[in-house]
Amino acid sequence: MDRPAAYTLTAIRLHWLVAVAIIGTFAVGLYMHDLPLSPRKLQIYSWHKWAGVSLFLLVLFRLAWRIGHRPPAEPEGMPAWQRKAAAAVHHTLYLLMLAVPLSGWLMSSAKGFQTVWFGIVPLPDLVAKNKELGDTLQALHMALNFTMAALVVAHAGAALKHHFVDRDDVLVRMLPFLKK
Amino acid sequence: MTIRHHHFLRLSALALGLAPLAAGAVEYTQVLPEKSAVAFTYRQMNVPVEGAFKRFKGQLSFDPAKPAGARAELEIDMAGVDAGSAEANEEVAGKLWFNTRAFPSARFVSTGIQPLGKDRYEVTGRMTIKGRTLDARAPASFRQDGKNAVFEGAFVLKRADYGIGEGMWADFGTVANEVQIKFRLVAAPAPDKK
Ligand code: HEM
Ligand code: HEM
Repeated sequence: MDRPAAYTLTAIRLHWLVAVAIIGTFAVGLYMHDLPLSPRKLQIYSWHKWAGVSLFLLVLFRLAWRIGHRPPAEPEGMPAWQRKAAAAVHHTLYLLMLAVPLSGWLMSSAKGFQTVWFGIVPLPDLVAKNKELGDTLQALHMALNFTMAALVVAHAGAALKHHFVDRDDVLVRMLPFLKK
Repeated sequence: MTIRHHHFLRLSALALGLAPLAAGAVEYTQVLPEKSAVAFTYRQMNVPVEGAFKRFKGQLSFDPAKPAGARAELEIDMAGVDAGSAEANEEVAGKLWFNTRAFPSARFVSTGIQPLGKDRYEVTGRMTIKGRTLDARAPASFRQDGKNAVFEGAFVLKRADYGIGEGMWADFGTVANEVQIKFRLVAAPAPDKK
């Protein structure tokens, strides 16, 4: 099948916007967890939830764009296992980018704290308040997050390896300003 | 915690002018805690959170035929508050919220009951929370359920009026001032005195 020569500018912008937002939301999630209860903590929890829901919508848009715009082909001479690994990691990342916020939303409902997006749009509670389920979903949210973090580290490491070791154009086509 | 039932019963008997109950009339006196509920909804960051007072005792004297002479008293054990999560329960027991150690109970004592028609009433009374006593009023509906009476109502309490949530919590930006209180009190008829 025909593959384009480059990522669309939209795909590139979405990649970096989502990457920065996920890393930020992740850091806020880790930070807020151990705060003593205070108005500030309640605010940060809400901001984390609003950011996560926004990310979910952004990722849906990104997926729709991705379905309409195939990525460029891998560089010549890239071993088959690496192509497969790259494709598997990308697909899993897309899945996790949806599963992480979904688990957060369900967890919030199970813990009895509805999600009200930006304090304005109440999201439905798909599950009723239930302490055990809330604790399970919290563990799930955390496990999915750490899986995603590990994959992102591997993913970024692979990108850097392409750039500095293989010296191909994989990083440059996602970061065009590197092009000389 | 001491509840002065006897004292209160004597008081309510006084309020009724020590009148013997009219033959055949039903008077509801015993609030059945296990069938009753006092719940509340507060808003934090505009998110409604449900809570409840799990432990309370109530006394009333309510004769549907003579509602004007009715009295009600409710005493809430503040250690039994469920504010929606373990973390919140710990927090609201503290000084800034209910200061449960210094003020282990809250109480409501009615001072008057105005019929609004159609089994609806307005109950006025004195509410004491965290050592502060203020006038309070709430609508209540009455219906019969088997031999018991069910009183239901809801009203808005402003937490700041009672100093609930002081210091860093005093601002309403995170936790709103208005707290919706809902109650359902199920009362059994007075035992027959032969
Ligand atoms: C891509 C989006 C998201 C990322 C990267 C993310 C990341 C994280 C991380 C790293 C934690 C800390 C884990 C822990 O220590 O327990 C966390 C906790 C949490 N997240 Fe998310 N999250 C996201 C979306 C959401 C959404 C959409 C919601 C809810 C609508 C949510 C609700 C929560 C809650 C309530 C906690 C705290 C659990 C607790 O400590 O009780 N998250 N999140
Ligand atoms: C939360 C962080 C990140 C997520 C979720 C993420 C996710 C993804 C996904 C799903 C793709 C596949 C795009 C497609 O072909 O459909 C991709 C591509 C790419 N990502 Fe990331 N990424 C993240 C962070 C990073 C970082 C930090 C780097 C660089 C150091 C990076 C470098 C790249 C590159 C170079 C590509 C293009 C791969 C290719 O051309 O085949 N990403 N990323």
